[in-house]
Amino acid sequence: MRESALAAWRRLEHGFDAAFGSAPNPLRQLGTLGFLMLWLLVVSGIYLYVVLDTSVEASWHSIEQLSRSPWSLGGLLRSLHRYAADAFVLLMLAHLLREWLFGHWGGFRRFSWLTGVPLLLFAFVSAIGGFWLHWDQLGQFSAIASAEWLDWLPFFATPLSRNFLDAAAVNDRLFSLFVFIHLGVPLLLVFGLWFHIQRISRAAVFPPRALAAGSVATLLALAVVQPVTSHAAADLSAVPGTLRFDWLLLFVHPLVAATSAGFVWAWLGATLALLFALPFVPQRAAPVPIAVVDPANCNGCRRCFDDCPYAAVTMVAHPNQRVGRQMAQVNADLCASCGICVGACPSSTPFRSAAELVTGIDMPSAPIGALRRGLQQALAASTSEQPIVVFGCDRGARVASLAAPDVAPFSLMCTGMLPPSFVEYALRDGAAAVLVSGCREGGCEYRLGQRWTAARLSGSREPHLRASVPRERVATVWADAGDEAALRRTLERMRSAAHAAALVEQPAHG
Amino acid sequence: MDERKASLTPAAWIGQALLYGLFALVIGVFSGWPPYRQLASDQALVKLSFSHTGKPVSDCRPQTPEELARLPPNMRAPLRCPRERSPIVVELDVDGAPALRHVARPSGLSKDGASSVYHRMAVGAGVHRVTVRLRDDARHAGFDHVRDETVRLAPAQILVIDFDTATQKITLQ
Repeated sequence: MRESALAAWRRLEHGFDAAFGSAPNPLRQLGTLGFLMLWLLVVSGIYLYVVLDTSVEASWHSIEQLSRSPWSLGGLLRSLHRYAADAFVLLMLAHLLREWLFGHWGGFRRFSWLTGVPLLLFAFVSAIGGFWLHWDQLGQFSAIASAEWLDWLPFFATPLSRNFLDAAAVNDRLFSLFVFIHLGVPLLLVFGLWFHIQRISRAAVFPPRALAAGSVATLLALAVVQPVTSHAAADLSAVPGTLRFDWLLLFVHPLVAATSAGFVWAWLGATLALLFALPFVPQRAAPVPIAVVDPANCNGCRRCFDDCPYAAVTMVAHPNQRVGRQMAQVNADLCASCGICVGACPSSTPFRSAAELVTGIDMPSAPIGALRRGLQQALAASTSEQPIVVFGCDRGARVASLAAPDVAPFSLMCTGMLPPSFVEYALRDGAAAVLVSGCREGGCEYRLGQRWTAARLSGSREPHLRASVPRERVATVWADAGDEAALRRTLERMRSAAHAAALVEQPAHG
Repeated sequence: MDERKASLTPAAWIGQALLYGLFALVIGVFSGWPPYRQLASDQALVKLSFSHTGKPVSDCRPQTPEELARLPPNMRAPLRCPRERSPIVVELDVDGAPALRHVARPSGLSKDGASSVYHRMAVGAGVHRVTVRLRDDARHAGFDHVRDETVRLAPAQILVIDFDTATQKITLQ
């Protein structure tokens, strides 16, 4: 089931690519968009806290003032605060769904998954607590419904609901508790988010500028077109009438009413238990061996340390005991076995004269020496006059589907594993052209493989492809699994170009 | 060498606008629609709730000389009284029909705390005869407090039935 849902999600993502482009595709930026909503909530929340009179008598009036001038700064920020909260939970749930579909819960991702689960709870508690602060009829309904739901738990000697029996029962001290919940739990959320991204290097907490601008503009437009307004002030002597109900944030109250408090607690407990248990379910696929450092070939240059997407590489003192000399060390718990560190290592160059290429940091299951051997053999065995070498990625478009007498395809764990010098090596060893492929921009399974490869090939990141390499004989295609047609189109163009170049060269040689 | 980043076509801009619009539509719609109503427009709500400490579960009894001798001199009280409190039994009839019967156990590990109950029920708006019976002393049968009242409830009105510990009376407000 997950596979078919994943295929549907990919189709959706590709559809969004057509509108937004690949890297700023919101479906690939759900986490950063969630952060953007959090920043909006913080900024608008600070303003609202300044104008909010945190007392039973005056709270409703202070918020109602904003409703009376919905297009003032305060009115807009009030609406923005609510809509950003709605957007936050939508994006958070979509992020959870995407990570589940892509199987991002186990192994080296276990920590991020487990630290993400409690954030679901924090987000909803923060959001629901925000409604109470208005102390309008919706806040009254939500506060009482929450208290009644909590009373089902056998923790309270006196039912919480008694705090709302009549107007005299609600005092400013209770209101301080509301404020504490709506400020304290979001602080917990921010703290939890800090944990959530701890094991990710270069974690983005802001989406691409165009996407951020579009998202903020969308919410502001919504705030202008449909400003958020208060209901009548809370009145504990009467049941609130018809409510303009925020189903995205408050759905739990009607759910309790439609079923029972016990049922919803059971549903919540089971959902959280399942989410927490998921990373501990044994995986079907055998784990891939992690990167291994060879001290004799590691010069401590720190490039693998800089490029690792999961901060699995640290620098330690080199065992050769030379003063100041370092070498890389791999943390087995954090290593994703992506091989991006191999592509970053300057010792991975195939031009080294050693008969057996051994690099500073390598993948035991697919050593870089085997790639050089395979490349040499493929070019030597090729019967084509213009062989084309294709380096691809196990997670992106399947390069094996391009296999032909004039094509030598090599699929790596991640395109980021490819040292750019291999491109030059292939051209010098007889390839007419080299095609490098990987996942679509922003969609790299290992986060940074595509980005680092593009940067290395363009010469903006070390190790770089030398300027002397003829760029017209090198092409890149960023294509996901299922995008093989894009690979074939580029390959066809390269074939034609190689053929035309050969025709031009022939008279000169003749 | 690199694939050129294709600039967005007019169709792509329109697509973006539509998707942003769809996002706004989903949030705009479900942040306020469909409206929700907890109670039908012709109903009122009765909340029966109290937090009340029952009487001791049994009488105090004089301590025997042997029991007193075992105690430190400063704790030799002539009477020994139980800490445990009586569970509170409450019954509610609406228009002569039993609507609720609940036994509230005393809280605390030694069962010496207050007994609490919170229960709400929807009733039709209009005139109702409400009878509340409460027993807070397990040492004898029968109810210690009874209140029988006819009330007129407007639609959406909340009638709170509580127990005032100061006056030791059942209150309806």
